[in-house]
Amino acid sequence: MDRDLGQDLLEQVNQALNRRIPLRIQGGNSKAMLGRPVTGQVIDTRGHRGIVGYDPTELVLTARAGTPLREVEATLHEAGQMLACEPPHLGPEATLGGMVAAGLSGPRRPWAGSVRDYVLGTRLITGHGKLLRFGGEVMKNVAGYDVSRLMAGSFGCLGLLTEVSLKVLPQPRQCLGLRLEMNAQQALAELVEWGRQALPISAACHDGETLHLRLEGGEGSVRSARERLGGEAIDTGFWQDLREQRLAFFAAPATLWRLSLPIACGALELPGQQLIDWGGAQRWLKSDAPASAIRALAAEAGGHATAYAPGDDSSAPLDPLTLRYHQALKHQLDPQGVFNPGRLYAHL
Amino acid sequence: MNILYDERVDGPLPAVDKPALLAALREALPDLQILHRSEDLKPYECDGLSAYRTLPLLVVLPERMEQVQTLLRLCHQRGVPVVARGAGTGLSGGALPLSQGILLVMARFTRILEVNPQGRFARVQPGVRNLAISQAAAPHGLYYAPDPSSQIACTIGGNVAENAGGVHCLKYGLTVHNLLKVEILTIKGERLVLGSDSLDSPGFDLLALFTGSEGMLGIVTEVTVKLLPRPQVARVLLASFDSVEDAGGAVAEIIGAGIIPAGLEMMDNLAIRAAEDFIHAGYPLDAAAILLCELDGVEADVQDDCARVDAVLRKAGAREVRLACDEAERVRFWAGRKNAFPAVGRISPDYYCMDGTIPRRELPRVLKGINELSGQYGLRVANVFHAGDGNLHPLILFDANLPGELERAEAIGGQILELCVAVGGSITGEHGVGREKINQMCAQFNSDEITMFHAVKAAFDPRGLLNPGKNIPTLQRCAEFGALHVQHGQLPFPDLERF
Repeated sequence: MDRDLGQDLLEQVNQALNRRIPLRIQGGNSKAMLGRPVTGQVIDTRGHRGIVGYDPTELVLTARAGTPLREVEATLHEAGQMLACEPPHLGPEATLGGMVAAGLSGPRRPWAGSVRDYVLGTRLITGHGKLLRFGGEVMKNVAGYDVSRLMAGSFGCLGLLTEVSLKVLPQPRQCLGLRLEMNAQQALAELVEWGRQALPISAACHDGETLHLRLEGGEGSVRSARERLGGEAIDTGFWQDLREQRLAFFAAPATLWRLSLPIACGALELPGQQLIDWGGAQRWLKSDAPASAIRALAAEAGGHATAYAPGDDSSAPLDPLTLRYHQALKHQLDPQGVFNPGRLYAHL
Repeated sequence: MNILYDERVDGPLPAVDKPALLAALREALPDLQILHRSEDLKPYECDGLSAYRTLPLLVVLPERMEQVQTLLRLCHQRGVPVVARGAGTGLSGGALPLSQGILLVMARFTRILEVNPQGRFARVQPGVRNLAISQAAAPHGLYYAPDPSSQIACTIGGNVAENAGGVHCLKYGLTVHNLLKVEILTIKGERLVLGSDSLDSPGFDLLALFTGSEGMLGIVTEVTVKLLPRPQVARVLLASFDSVEDAGGAVAEIIGAGIIPAGLEMMDNLAIRAAEDFIHAGYPLDAAAILLCELDGVEADVQDDCARVDAVLRKAGAREVRLACDEAERVRFWAGRKNAFPAVGRISPDYYCMDGTIPRRELPRVLKGINELSGQYGLRVANVFHAGDGNLHPLILFDANLPGELERAEAIGGQILELCVAVGGSITGEHGVGREKINQMCAQFNSDEITMFHAVKAAFDPRGLLNPGKNIPTLQRCAEFGALHVQHGQLPFPDLERF
């Protein structure tokens, strides 16, 4: 199954560059609901797959971009380790490259960090038709610009990822889910207080009626937090369902929005049904309200909103100066605009 | 190859008419403090890498951001290079001035603008010292995690520019992991906001790109850092080993047991003896290596982890394991490590501190290589190692007053870094490339990769006015460096596989 198709991908990119054909980079196509639709010749990364290096005592895993995310997670699980940023798959075919390119993180994000925080190194094919390596397999590395972390969340607009090295972490010794009956306002206030204390909280979600908490750590800290917080134990599968958008909330017909907000911004009146995630820093919203209205609410609260529906208006707009520097960077790294043109923004 | 700016290989610098520039600055910014006499410029001729000095053309010490903005616009118009400097504690010459450039000192921006315990962040000006942030957050039970050893003096603006680390990186990350938002001024004087008040922001992750960019892409004008709740307890274990291999093995065993220590440091015998002589930390003088392992968190967990680590260490061949019995002893154990550099400074007229990183499993091989190089060059090398994250600080002992010793120290330093690259590591873990490792960049990256870095630079500073000559070498420099290296017909470390 494992195959190194790096040279083959490089050749495809060079052909596209020569023939001036834009490429639509595709792995498992599990995050197609994000961003704008791209017109271009599909370049499929899934043939280029396999874990090329994993030493649990180094806390580093390196794999080709087309490696299925589930394969990566299964390998880590066997060694008692994990991707601490809990990346959502959003489909059975999700790949490692897609995980990094989309840069989405799961419920543990506020406490453990984002996908980009765990990226140590990448190999990528550039808009100049070269297969290059940035970063590496070491925890600390400040040689040159951090091109690898720049790739996280760039939706393939700056280059084609072929290999990624990630920092991985041991799984916590104890994991416990709790439900506490309280309203959203109270839950958000408690979360702000708890956030200032050394509590082993690793996920917090409020569904409108109930606060769901996950405790992770050593036996002692989880036990004492449990005693202190009370509540009722829940099945830990809840967090997977939240991460994979399988909770009933996500099935409602309206458009799904993701609001990224300051952690202490408090309860918000939003035009639709909402689900509080990331201890308040991420709110899922099901709404058919106009995008401009939702964006205005998010901006007013100090954050931004992204639609989980493909379209021109999917990503939150950039201010003109920031957009200009995005375009300058895109132009430098991908002068022909061969990679995913317009996926994030028009003219980018 | 000399590391001072060399127009022949580093590219021509614009010729700047000093009196005309000074007159223009005084006219545009009448209340800006400008230093221009050589006796006033002298204190600014180097940063923490004091072996290399260049007198800047001018030094400016702004106190308001509008002054910085006007200055940058003017420099952009007139084509004047700008080198930014914080407290000047950097160890790689990132703030080494240019004789044809302005040194922009940001150290007077010392205001803590906001400490927000609910939102767990602090918003500060770039000249605020690293430790001052934690001190301001302390009444709320919070702190700022990255703790470079210069934290008492170094500024947060410099920390962002260098992506500074510290002894707690394995668990708490580098500067890049502890930032929410950074405001910068571009060379054109435009105000650009990177990151946001929430945990992510739309578009490319420019915050990650700018962190560690060494003042090459923009000037940091405001920083919002994340604050963490202070851990309830911290305990430290001190283990002694008869061989560095055993100590290295113990590190892998601890990580393999699923434990992430807050700090995990190794010192070799020369470093142990220097530190003990200076600090009297209670280190065993006859040990080949010691490990310091700090565990922090909630009391019950820390207790469990201490017992686990103790067992792992003994099984891995530690001949003695001591748990600091109280806070005073914990501080003493750390004091030896934290003063290892000055301690080495006491046993040698000069020392040169390197900053390579390696996959931990390569430690025995790299230490053996360093040992061989040490014999070959006739210079002693003490090794201090952030073992948890593979960041090695070999300290090369030399005497600058002896002819040729500095050159030998530079040469062995360069070879050590190339050895790090050869085993799959990096030439710098936390000190930055600056000017110091500009040649070794050519060993770590090929010309296409270097070209990509120049493309990134061109997107933000197409005329190359911000900190010219730092961080990324020119292809000309690499060509010359490469020619120098293969002149004997073979690459260094021919026995090693190339990654």
